Amino acid sequence: MKAETRSRLEGALKAKGDLKLVAYIMAGHPSKKRSIEVGKRLAASGIAALEIGIPHSDPLADGPVIQRAGQTALAHGMTVAGAIEVAEAVARDGVPVVLMTYINPVLSYDPRKFAAEAAQAGVAGVIIPDLPIEEAEPITGWIRSASLDTVLMVAPTSPPERIANICSHSSGFVYCVTVTGITGIRKDLPDGVLELLAEVKKHTTLPVAAGFGISRQDHLKALRGKLDAAVVGSAIVDEIERAGDGVSLVRELLKACR
Amino acid sequence: MRRQAMNVRRMKLLGAQVVEVTSGSKTLKDATTEAIRDWVTNVRTTHYIIGSVVGPHPYPEMVRDLQRVIGDEAREQYMSLDGKLPDVVVACVGGGSNAIGIFTAFLDDRDVSLVGVEAAGKGIRSGEHAASLVGGRPGVLHGSYSYVLQDGDGQILPTHSISAGLDYPGVGPEHAFLREIERVEYVAVSDKDALAAFKLCTRLEGIIPALEPSHAIHHAGVIARELGPGGRILVCLSGRGDKDMDSIPTKSEAEAVTSRGPLDVDEG
Repeated sequence: MKAETRSRLEGALKAKGDLKLVAYIMAGHPSKKRSIEVGKRLAASGIAALEIGIPHSDPLADGPVIQRAGQTALAHGMTVAGAIEVAEAVARDGVPVVLMTYINPVLSYDPRKFAAEAAQAGVAGVIIPDLPIEEAEPITGWIRSASLDTVLMVAPTSPPERIANICSHSSGFVYCVTVTGITGIRKDLPDGVLELLAEVKKHTTLPVAAGFGISRQDHLKALRGKLDAAVVGSAIVDEIERAGDGVSLVRELLKACR
Repeated sequence: MRRQAMNVRRMKLLGAQVVEVTSGSKTLKDATTEAIRDWVTNVRTTHYIIGSVVGPHPYPEMVRDLQRVIGDEAREQYMSLDGKLPDVVVACVGGGSNAIGIFTAFLDDRDVSLVGVEAAGKGIRSGEHAASLVGGRPGVLHGSYSYVLQDGDGQILPTHSISAGLDYPGVGPEHAFLREIERVEYVAVSDKDALAAFKLCTRLEGIIPALEPSHAIHHAGVIARELGPGGRILVCLSGRGDKDMDSIPTKSEAEAVTSRGPLDVDEG
């Protein structure tokens, strides 16, 4: 990996005085057609990248909102192949799309086939939260061979040497999990998040994004200038669950990013 | 909590707070998921303790090392009672903690056959079972790579077993390894056969076995017929059945089941 060749994802997420916003939706939630529509609308709303979740029956890192969305998507027949189709339809509009799922659906699909088809669909990168750095090869290698970024996650409990290791194996961006725990809407940013971001910044020139529990303007104001991007997931999925599309929420949040 | 009401009462008596799981299929799988979620949330102040050989490294190893007291003591006692080792050691396998505990002490005794018994529920072909090694394929569940009951897209399948302790769609990774190297043989026994063995053991021995090891007891009968007189079988009776009384079918159902139990033929 040559650092001087910036990937599409890396270019899109690097902050230039502002804070970039990454939105998350679940493929097939509430239906395949609707998730494509919502994805396209969000892609046009000013976000820097879109994460599309591939539903899994046992989403260990997710809170109730995203868990419910995944169950609905699975109940309506969403599959790994179907989620790649959703990504393809949304990726056509130009905003980088990142697929997020758990390792078992990828293993079951065949990681090389998954990487090839995702790349073919125009996907920019992949996030697999339950694939720790110790177990990442050869899977992340296969994904990168298909010219996809492999975004790795840093947790508040990661010691500095582990953060350095994760940063050196991540591409596209480094995903900072702001809380110990699972995804979900929270009132306040947790203590220590700024210290964690500062530590991560020491180890990488990649864009750094924070996620888990970010849903409010005041969260973003506190983060602006400290990192490159913030991921908003459960708050958007919650709006989609209530027949919305998250676009007005994104527009509100973007005001706090500039 | 309903299926394990007696255990829940005992835990509360010992001072534990028992939290009911409301997500997913509400079985052992979902309890494990919720425990891991709680643990990662409160990781700075909480130590995760799991009773089975599942979950991320190093938990399967830690639980094995703690459970091997079963095998160490059983091996010693068997030797002192019989002067030699058993021909076969049989244990039930859900996540597989009691089985790994007893097998570990005999792994180097090449003349001792080891057999793990999974829950075939209503039959492997019915799809309503919990036999991950017999009826599953490799995958990742709860942070370890082992045999998992899953659909073609890697989604974890619902399980069924009359016994709550075997009702889990994965199995400890070391069992997958022991099967791969052909050190341990894994089979599956149905709800019906386990119930028959439960009743037989209760009547003949005055010991009420838990429904989990009742699967192993049934298979011990199968092996006994193969070995013939003089066969030496050690069964891991990993728990008491008092807790399972509410899961036992009514008298007429139980009798219909027992009349088909193969153990009855031998024991006559």
